[in-house]
Amino acid sequence: MTEKTENKEASVQKLIVSSSPHAHSGASVRGIMLDVIIAMIPAMAASVFYFGLDAVRLLLACVAASVVTEVASRKLMARDKGIGDLSAVVTGILLAFNLPPSLPTWMAVVGSIIAIGIAKQVFGGIGYNPFNPALVGRVALLISFPVAMTTWSEWIIPNPIGIDAVSTATPLGLVKTSLGAGKGMPFVFDSATAWQFFMGHTNGCIGETSAFALILGGIYLLWRRCISWHVPVFYIGTVAVSAFLLKTLSPGTNMPVAYHLLAGGLMLGALFMATDMVTSPITKKGMAIFGIGCGLLTIIIRKWGGYPEGVSFAILIMNSITPLINRFTRPKIFGARKK
Amino acid sequence: MTLVTSILMTSGAVAGVGLACGIALAMAAKYLAVKEDPRIGDVTELLPGANCGGCGYAGCADYAKAVVIDDVSINLCAPGAQSVIDDLAKYLGKASEQAEKTVAKVMCGGNSDQAPRKFLYNGVADCGAAHAVGGGDKSCRYGCLGYGSCSRICPVSAIEITDTNIAVVHPALCIGCGACVRTCPRALIKMIPASRSIHVMCSSKDKGPVVKKACKVGCIGCTVCTKLADGAINMEGPLAIVDYSKDLDNEAVVEKCPGKCIVKE
Amino acid sequence: MKALNALFKFKGGVHPDYNKDLCRDQEIKTMPLPSVLKVSMSQHLGAPATPLVKKGDEVLRGQLIGDSSGFISASVHAPTSGKVVAVEPAATATGASCTAVSIEPDGEDKWIDGLKGIDNWENANKKDLVEAIANAGIVGMGGAGFPTNVKLSPPPEKKITTLIINGAECEPYLTADHRLMLEQAQKVWDGCRIIMKILEAEKIIVAIEDNKPEAIQAMEKVMEGTDLNASIAILATEYPQGAEKQQIFSTIGKEVPSGGLPMDVGAVVENVGTVTAIYDAIVKGLPLTERVTTVTGGVIAEPGNVVNRIGTSFQDLIDFCGGFKSKAAKVIAGGPMMGFAQANTATTTTKTTSGILCLGPEKACSYESMPCISCGRCVSACPMKLVPSELSQYLEAEDYEGAEEINVMDCIECGCCAFECPAKRPLVQHMRQGKAHVMIKRRAAQAKK
Repeated sequence: MTEKTENKEASVQKLIVSSSPHAHSGASVRGIMLDVIIAMIPAMAASVFYFGLDAVRLLLACVAASVVTEVASRKLMARDKGIGDLSAVVTGILLAFNLPPSLPTWMAVVGSIIAIGIAKQVFGGIGYNPFNPALVGRVALLISFPVAMTTWSEWIIPNPIGIDAVSTATPLGLVKTSLGAGKGMPFVFDSATAWQFFMGHTNGCIGETSAFALILGGIYLLWRRCISWHVPVFYIGTVAVSAFLLKTLSPGTNMPVAYHLLAGGLMLGALFMATDMVTSPITKKGMAIFGIGCGLLTIIIRKWGGYPEGVSFAILIMNSITPLINRFTRPKIFGARKK
Repeated sequence: MTLVTSILMTSGAVAGVGLACGIALAMAAKYLAVKEDPRIGDVTELLPGANCGGCGYAGCADYAKAVVIDDVSINLCAPGAQSVIDDLAKYLGKASEQAEKTVAKVMCGGNSDQAPRKFLYNGVADCGAAHAVGGGDKSCRYGCLGYGSCSRICPVSAIEITDTNIAVVHPALCIGCGACVRTCPRALIKMIPASRSIHVMCSSKDKGPVVKKACKVGCIGCTVCTKLADGAINMEGPLAIVDYSKDLDNEAVVEKCPGKCIVKE
Repeated sequence: MKALNALFKFKGGVHPDYNKDLCRDQEIKTMPLPSVLKVSMSQHLGAPATPLVKKGDEVLRGQLIGDSSGFISASVHAPTSGKVVAVEPAATATGASCTAVSIEPDGEDKWIDGLKGIDNWENANKKDLVEAIANAGIVGMGGAGFPTNVKLSPPPEKKITTLIINGAECEPYLTADHRLMLEQAQKVWDGCRIIMKILEAEKIIVAIEDNKPEAIQAMEKVMEGTDLNASIAILATEYPQGAEKQQIFSTIGKEVPSGGLPMDVGAVVENVGTVTAIYDAIVKGLPLTERVTTVTGGVIAEPGNVVNRIGTSFQDLIDFCGGFKSKAAKVIAGGPMMGFAQANTATTTTKTTSGILCLGPEKACSYESMPCISCGRCVSACPMKLVPSELSQYLEAEDYEGAEEINVMDCIECGCCAFECPAKRPLVQHMRQGKAHVMIKRRAAQAKK
């Protein structure tokens, strides 16, 4: 039916007839996305606070490129409904959060195009993408431009002991190299440093450094029922427990637990990336399995993998088995008969 | 190791693996082969390969199997028409059966101008779903809802939903598989001989006054046409129905129909 | 009698806006006879009744005009005295078409002779009581309309231990049952005692949601000092506490097995309205010809709870309640969660019309069929613990077998999933379609046998 005839018919006072229910909670996809954006405001503020104009530049570039790509691809595929649901904005911000501050603008744009164009719209748009678009964008950039994606701003954490104060390392990368070479922790990681890390005054991608800001956002999401506690708690819990076990078994070659939690992208990943509705399981049990899987993979990649950071890959790998998790965690129905 | 030896080694290894796999596949084809009547393959080749399911079997290969093994009639393939029947008859040594090309026809002419919507339907855009909510939004409870379930199931895109929300089958494109007949929740679509041109475009089983209120081109059951058609149009309750097994050449039925539901195409 | 909180809580459920304030304090009013009553032969679940009258016949109130046909069916009685002006098909509240008998009242409202209650029912024969209920044409008045006499005659191998009286009225807006319990508590309780006599159950539980404290008090008062093993269970206000299976779980903690009936766990659930109808049938001998209907919604001028004859048109009822004060966009038979939207206001009331809800354009929610974003809210909301998102995807792809495998048939169509869905997917419509397809398939398979 065209819109014109619909309007004409509406003017003669016809009743609307639909299937029940005739009441609705008022929740909408747009509302959820708006909540996610609101939840990211503290982290955005932190990124601007610590990285200045670079953060603003990347955020703007990613959001603009994501929205433009979304509109263009919807048009290209002759599909209706575009950016009204704000999901492209969310993807743009998340991608920017995952970029180092010195990354050239054009690379951020390329990442956004890959995230929205390839990871999302090729699969049919919102709801159909098997992988978290922002993570796909980040990983594509990491593989395509490894140097730019691992070049960080000047060293801002305490001076490393015995190692050249390289400006091109994240805390995780630096420590991994040092531990791998059998030299122990390259700097003193005491409670003062931990607090500094927690607040976000450290090297890293623009949105991942401030655990404090991210947790604030996470609490907002929980309060608004946009995420359930299962994924973050099981994810972070698994990382903490495994890190503790590793540290206890071999204290000399492993990082402290708090370092695992605060020095990388874990908080951003566990609170904002792994909780992405589309690509994570729908049942509570499934979410728990998903979180544990992400946690184990993160630790494995960080400890034994080629990259210092494993959060992105861990979540992407778990994304791929989400349909399987859903299938095997279907709840037992009310009144299920014993077989 | 020199460059030459490494190239040779690599080629040799690849060739070896290929050879081993080839032998394994050949053995599998020989020893694990499923015995099948070779005629089934041949008959499948003769069929058009549209896999439309119109014959009632799950695709052409399944129908071929039924023809060869169960001795099912060879005139069930609508898309193939006479030429396929002839081919099958020749191949299987059976008598060629006569078949006339049949096409689908939506027996409703009440578009949204003639039979308006009685309420604003909001829900799944599918005829079956719409039919189940409030009895369908069309003023006539027997009429075409126009949500296109038939059009979506048609394997050759022969059904168009017009701007005035009614399904129309394009006879030139229709292969006669009957998928639309089975999918229409209001059973409005019939298979008819392609050569016929006069149709009663109404399926309403309501009585005259009810029909008149619901639609401008509905059959009001006046029986005028039955008298003119010489037995080729019969009444089924309050509805006139064309008997396609009989000839109908008196075009006066079109003009004389007070309900304007008989058309010549 | 002290009411106690229910011990159990089913999983899932939602908290819609209840909007009961519109008429929870409105006393039950009786509507004068309208100019015509159109009585559908399909007042209930199961086979429609066979009409026994023809155009021109004179009928008296309570006269049998539709004979129950088949095991699951119910008889229909003339709601007033007058002349039959038409016997023709008419649209029912669900949109289907069924024969309806139109009666023009003569204004005298004369009952047919020979209606007599069962004196001293406490000593009556169980069978006579059930028969009297069947003859009165009583069906479940909560919404589904299952013939009550069938429900009250469980096969002998099924021992009924618990009778549950459903006073939850969990549907938003509706207050008819609430007012009944408040104003006619004694009648409700006497009806309960009649059912206890028939079922010989060990205990009776009256289940009421905690948003009706006045009703709880009224029932506490009349149940004081009873010799039956009776109790009042206060249910947390949560939709769908009134759904049969969920209510049984909330009160006695047992899950009705998938595909089974309440009697499989020894329970029978009767709605409050049904109970009062049973009282009238047994004590006064009156067939079911009227009921209380809540006429409500934001666009109704004077919302209220109205006793109306079966067959009153929605328009007449709306007019009795002051008409529309602003334009209505949706008229619903029943409540907002499970009611049926109407094409127009010419539909007439049946024994199951618990409410007429009229919503303005701003409240008439619309379905958009956006893609599922897998938020899982439907899974948390589903009281049957299904996965509606997955089911709806199967059904959208018309994979009915796949949907059957993941239990589409257990869906009770309560609407919790669609209520919560942020993508506004028409989940319940998908389920209905899926269930209809599976039923067709099962019937065909059964016919083959």
